[in-house]
Amino acid sequence: MEFRRNNRQLLSKIATNDRHGEDSPYFDGWKAYDSDPFHPTHNPHGVIQMGLAENQLCFDLIEKWILENPDASICTAEGIDKFRDIANFQDYHGLKEFREGVAKFMGRVGGNRVTFDPDRIVMSGGATGANETVMFCLADPGDAFLVPSPYYAGFARDLRWRTGLDIVPVDCESSNNFRITRAALEEAYEKAQRSNINVKGVIVANPSNPLGTVLDKETMRSLVSFINDKNIHLVCDEIYSATVFSSPRFISIAEIIRDMDCNRDSIHIVYSLSKDMGFPGFRVGIVYSFNDDVMDCARKMSSFGLVSSETQFFLAAMLNDDEFIGNFMRESSKRLAKRHHVFTKGLERVGISSLKSNAGLFFWMDMRPLLKEQTVEAEIELWRVIINKVKLNVSPGSSFQCSEPGWFRVCFANMDDETVGVALERIRQFVLQGKEKGEVSEKSKHWKKHNLRLSFSSVRLYDENLSSPRMISPHSPIPQSPLVRTRT
Amino acid sequence: MVSMSKIATGNGHGENSPYFEGWKAYETNPFHPIDRPDGVIQMGLAENQLCFEFIKKWLMEHPEASVCTSEGVGRFKETALFQDYHGMPEFRQAVAKFMGKVRGDRVKFDPERIVMSGGATGAHETVAFCLADPGEALLLPTPYYPGFDRDLRWRTGVELVPVICESCNNFQITRNALEAAYEKAGEDGLRVKGLLITNPSNPLGTIMDRDTLKSIVRFVNEKNIHLIGDEIYAATVFKSPEFVSISEVIEEVECDRDLIHIVYSLSKDMGFPGFRVGIIYSYNDAVMNCARKMSSYGLVSSQTQHLIATMLNDHDFVDDFIVESREQLFKRHEYFTWSLSQVGIGSLKGNGGLFIWMDLRKLLKDNTFEGEMDLWRVIINEVKLNVSPGSSFHCHEPGWFRVCFANMDDNTMEVALSRIRAFILKNNESIVPRKLCRRSSLKLSLSRSLSRRIDDFMSPTGIMSPHSPLPQSPLVRART
Repeated sequence: MEFRRNNRQLLSKIATNDRHGEDSPYFDGWKAYDSDPFHPTHNPHGVIQMGLAENQLCFDLIEKWILENPDASICTAEGIDKFRDIANFQDYHGLKEFREGVAKFMGRVGGNRVTFDPDRIVMSGGATGANETVMFCLADPGDAFLVPSPYYAGFARDLRWRTGLDIVPVDCESSNNFRITRAALEEAYEKAQRSNINVKGVIVANPSNPLGTVLDKETMRSLVSFINDKNIHLVCDEIYSATVFSSPRFISIAEIIRDMDCNRDSIHIVYSLSKDMGFPGFRVGIVYSFNDDVMDCARKMSSFGLVSSETQFFLAAMLNDDEFIGNFMRESSKRLAKRHHVFTKGLERVGISSLKSNAGLFFWMDMRPLLKEQTVEAEIELWRVIINKVKLNVSPGSSFQCSEPGWFRVCFANMDDETVGVALERIRQFVLQGKEKGEVSEKSKHWKKHNLRLSFSSVRLYDENLSSPRMISPHSPIPQSPLVRTRT
Repeated sequence: MVSMSKIATGNGHGENSPYFEGWKAYETNPFHPIDRPDGVIQMGLAENQLCFEFIKKWLMEHPEASVCTSEGVGRFKETALFQDYHGMPEFRQAVAKFMGKVRGDRVKFDPERIVMSGGATGAHETVAFCLADPGEALLLPTPYYPGFDRDLRWRTGVELVPVICESCNNFQITRNALEAAYEKAGEDGLRVKGLLITNPSNPLGTIMDRDTLKSIVRFVNEKNIHLIGDEIYAATVFKSPEFVSISEVIEEVECDRDLIHIVYSLSKDMGFPGFRVGIIYSYNDAVMNCARKMSSYGLVSSQTQHLIATMLNDHDFVDDFIVESREQLFKRHEYFTWSLSQVGIGSLKGNGGLFIWMDLRKLLKDNTFEGEMDLWRVIINEVKLNVSPGSSFHCHEPGWFRVCFANMDDNTMEVALSRIRAFILKNNESIVPRKLCRRSSLKLSLSRSLSRRIDDFMSPTGIMSPHSPLPQSPLVRART
């Protein structure tokens, strides 16, 4: 019997389409990093990872707390008596103390201007699961959500893949610092209408990934009035809310709607501890909806991605330790501010600017002056130079659907101080070398030759990837690529 | 009013079923040996609580298994940061090894094929997303786990077609039944993409013999459809015949391996439902890759991966655990079924699972599902045991009940047995000769408050509100 079958007949459409988003050219950077990762002593000339938005700055505080609080674990002598009940606990309402701890934390992050109700806290498989679940609750296959660009690359998968939804980008521009304008929202909405696309809502990340900025009150109120006018939903991904390290302060959508006439049934928050606490491995996603039906539905769906009870138990203890959390939040902000300052000032000194930002684990670097042309192709070429010559894995703006080429997201909170120094030095060298070549046009010619040589080999790399039928094979050399990590 | 999705406003979550009355009764009056000795005893939850002392002892001897002990905290940071959807290599190795040992090391599982999911709940949904489009169908032998209605269908849009199994041959899956279901699906315009079997079976507590499995493998190959084997109860087999896994059978029968997929979990075999350890093991590379990408929606907490990796990579512990668990389950099962037989209650001869499939057909006043529901309400409200009626498992014949026995201590088991004995002995006269059991007498025996509760229960709105008094109801717990 001939057993070779065509997968297209055998499997679902979802399994055979590419809406999982991993067949993209952006994996060159990851490949370069994985085959040649930086190490201060073993591999000092390797590629430094600056494409991963992780928060590694406060583990010392956490480790200290763990040692002082053995009853936070069900595996210590102090906690073992809880092991059985916790190992058995699979109630999708979640541990009460866990929900209380999370609600309290969210309130503190919002400056204690609003309180969050523990009974509205619903779990999910990370923010990845939360975003997908919210989409499943709000929209049908074929419907769409408006998403201001530039936006987190993972949205393409999380919002669309299994849900069958579409994304309609709302273009934001550097001319006004990528603010979300009413005009841009209206334009995107009308464009969707003309194509007979049914828009069910808007989803924004606040603070923004990749911009590192927070939304001001006016923009938020304008968003709320827009969605109320159109009778659609607003989903606010507040995953970076505790990474705000300087003013202006973070304002949660919960605060805005408290002070505004609006239909609360259309307001939903997505949250997680992956960025604020630095625990992406623990898969703590939260759906917080002001709509009872959505909350109930999301809670039922949480069965597909509950937080491990062991982890709920641990976090309940930590988040309910008010003194520790207060201290943690202060320290975390301080360290993020310092790291951000070191980087952005270091770059300014060699003439590289970035978008003024006060949050996130990254900054939005402006490399437009270094582009040969203001095109996406030129951006990708420059990117390959940065990876292969400067040996930094940064993320090109086009991977965030940015409407203008030349911007790069650079993560700064996932390395130690020494590596920061090395990264800065490399950028300095790169820029200074470019300047030494003289005028811009001459520099362009020089880099053109360089780029041509480099891009030739890079293009070959790119083609290999495209022609390979299973780019992300189980034996993939890129276990650390951005979508392999559930979130970047 | 802003509208929600069809998925959100429909009933696909499966919670609007009369099945939940038992849970309500339990929740409002749960048994406690001292505080509430007349409360309802929970026998509707398939949990494995028999080996916790064994596990706790191991934990105390292995503090490095936790990243929150002084021995383990050195790994806290790298663990907390680890979100790679391939999963920790040690975790995958440990799970693969455990799966092999549970099958007597007759097969080996490849750690590279181990894919994570949000419990078996997430695993089933993910596999359905990979194999079928909305409107396509999966064949499902009855009786089956009620959660499948949600897990396989709700967000996927996939349909389920029952394969009817009957008591006359101990509910075995026959070729005829498979063919009949396949044809019916065709007649109904449904394209069948696969067959899902649960082996060992929930709710039957039986295993499939080798010949049946071979026949099933041949069937799916002939029809060119997938075979999904839910082997979540594999290590709960406590006496012979020994468990035979699909992974073994495909070595013995000509088979397209691209059609074969196993769903697994540690919720039943180890008693860790809270840890949400779901596993997809597919022999089809494309499905494996797709499921791995989808695992982002339900990865196992890295804290838990580390704990499980340490525990299951201790092969001595695993060997001892498998033996201990078997012994405890065997003892409990034998005692329970023997005690029931002493008062004339039989059950399907079973050798696995955390429950028995109790035969109460002769206690029905009517051989109908209404009769089954009536009897069930009596069991909940008078005998004060929450057991699960066969109709909630889509059983084709009324009168069968699933009764869980591994989720309580010995004392509670004794109380449950004494209540059953008392009920049977008291009702011997009114039960055995059917014509004495009129509807009216049964109605009288039901309290007025019960009828009111039934009405409350049947009301269409707010049945599972966020403030539901049923935090422990079976679908609230991700799996029963």
